[in-house]
Amino acid sequence: MRILLVDDELELVSALAERLAIRGIIADYATTGEQALRMAGENDYDLAVLDVKMPHVSGLELWDQLHVLHPRMRCVFLTGHTSERDFQAGTRAGALYLLKPLKIEVLIQNIHKLLAEGR
Amino acid sequence: MARNALVALWERFKPTFWDAADPPEPGTEGEKFNYRRIWKLVVLLVTTVSVVPLLVITFMDYNLNRRAMRADFVYPINSLLSNTKLSLASFLQQRQAVLEFIVADHSFEELSDDFFLHELYHNMKASFGGFVDVGLIDGHGKQLAYVGPFDLKGKDYSEQDWFTEVMDRRVFISDVFLGFRDVPHFVIAVKRICYDGTIMILRATIDTEQFFNLVQSLNLRATTDAFLVNRQGVLQTLSFSHGDVLNEIPYPVPPYSEVPVILEIEDTRNNPAYLGYVYVEKSPFIFMVVKQQQEMMRNWWLLRLEMLGFLLISVTCIVAVILTSATMLVRRIHDADMKRSIALHNMEHTNKMASIGRLAAGVAHEINNPLAVINEKAGLIKDLFSFSDKYGQDKKLLSLVESILGSVERCSAITHRLLGFARHVDVQLERVDVVQTVRDVLGFLDKEAQYRAIEVSLDVPEIVPEVVTDKGQLQQVLLNIVNNAFAAVRDGGRIAIVLSVPEPSEVRIAITDNGCGISPENMKRIFEPFFSTKPKHGTGLGLSITYGLVKKLGGTIEVQSEVGRGTTFTITLPVAHAQKEKEGANSACG
Repeated sequence: MRILLVDDELELVSALAERLAIRGIIADYATTGEQALRMAGENDYDLAVLDVKMPHVSGLELWDQLHVLHPRMRCVFLTGHTSERDFQAGTRAGALYLLKPLKIEVLIQNIHKLLAEGR
Repeated sequence: MARNALVALWERFKPTFWDAADPPEPGTEGEKFNYRRIWKLVVLLVTTVSVVPLLVITFMDYNLNRRAMRADFVYPINSLLSNTKLSLASFLQQRQAVLEFIVADHSFEELSDDFFLHELYHNMKASFGGFVDVGLIDGHGKQLAYVGPFDLKGKDYSEQDWFTEVMDRRVFISDVFLGFRDVPHFVIAVKRICYDGTIMILRATIDTEQFFNLVQSLNLRATTDAFLVNRQGVLQTLSFSHGDVLNEIPYPVPPYSEVPVILEIEDTRNNPAYLGYVYVEKSPFIFMVVKQQQEMMRNWWLLRLEMLGFLLISVTCIVAVILTSATMLVRRIHDADMKRSIALHNMEHTNKMASIGRLAAGVAHEINNPLAVINEKAGLIKDLFSFSDKYGQDKKLLSLVESILGSVERCSAITHRLLGFARHVDVQLERVDVVQTVRDVLGFLDKEAQYRAIEVSLDVPEIVPEVVTDKGQLQQVLLNIVNNAFAAVRDGGRIAIVLSVPEPSEVRIAITDNGCGISPENMKRIFEPFFSTKPKHGTGLGLSITYGLVKKLGGTIEVQSEVGRGTTFTITLPVAHAQKEKEGANSACG
């Protein structure tokens, strides 16, 4: 299982990657959409955790592009803010939609659930 | 007492705008509108414009009528005066002409012959009548011949006034006097100067009966008095109001006029009257008619009363209509202003809540990101402690990290609820039995109600339609409000929940407590986030979230409260949920 974390907050995403690694989940992280796309081109990820609100490319747009690259890839959206439109857009694409800050146990639980559905 | 009654009446009929202050105009400093002043202005202006012309016209009509009536009344007097004057003048003229003819036609010798004069006297009496006696007087004032009832032959008139007068003026007509027989009569004398220079004067006494008949026959009505006076104001004929011949009249003798003149005077009984007079030419007589105004006045007063009555009724009607319409007009303006003011107030409140919602969402969003960083960092520290032995089992550090994580969780709970105030993530619509929902909510609080001996009543109408809404959120709304009610009442208090269906498309839930109430200052802020009257226990989000939820469910929430008496929250929900998509507030932050 390999996960891609994308958030413009480096501090957040790096700490999260490390915490996931401790729990045995390999997670790469990127802080921009371009970086994330490049990394997705190099590696095959099972799942992406995307921040909805990012500069330049929003999480929803990024997910559209990632989905083209890896159709089997699953996605969890993270957001600090709830917008009904975003929520509907996110869930329509078969993704999960979680609120920041969240407990890591909840995230891992959801990741396992999504990946189990995928198989 | 009467004053009090008047005040009470005024208080009862006083229009609502009378004491109204200017409507509160939130935000804008509009032009001040004084209802009382505008009312007064309208009433004054319209009354002036409508009543003044009416008054003017009535006044003009009044004068015109008075003049016409006076003319009507005066005209007969005028014609009476001129006609009578003509007959009087012609009567005198006739007698004078007879004498003049005689004196011109006969010689001195003939006329001084008693027999001849006697013959003449009888002829005159037979032809004209009214002659009492006749005498011939020479230029020295001596009466040479006389025919009549008295023996006046040889009498010397040279010292008398009439003699000098006739010597000067050729013709003389005397005032009326009583004479020897105590019968009123007067004298006409004419003078002739013969070719040889001898002067002869023919003097005739005239019985006034015929003459008076001319005047007396005119006394047609009791209100009219016709009589003759001489130029000294002495009565020459009988008068109704002034008595017998030779009495003096009470009025001053009017100035000479050959045409009839009519004066307004007061008669002997101080009643208004018209005095008409005309001088009879070449005689000492003035013909006078005194006519009392009573008759005219009676008609005039009647007319005046009618006009006054008409004026009064019209003015009353006009004023009543003006007062009614002005009051209605200003009341409408006042009502419209009130409605506008309320609408503005509501709009302002809605705007304020929307701004606060945006602000809260923005703040929550901005805080969520650093909060997430803190969460992950602290989580990482905790992980490092839990998953490796490298840092040893430092219980103290671990508890510190736990405390940080606990605080982050509390913060996130607040920010998540705050976001819920602005926009809840998910609305799951379903058909909800409102009655059952209320019962469920009350079920949560059963224990507390029993414990604190709070009486909770639920009043439900027979038919309550199912409402399409989010059950969970409706529960939260009800729970928040009922919770607040529990907090407001003392032990043993009362909470009444009344369901009603004001319209088929609406369900209304009123939750009333008899608790401490909300002060007017607090009332304005109760829906604002973080506003709390119990800072130690509450986050101040309960009602703000409730407000957001109710709006989201398409309903309205209203509060009425009186300090010390209690509070009523009224929630009105639409039966069919109308999704109001207002994305604008949050789309920028997505």
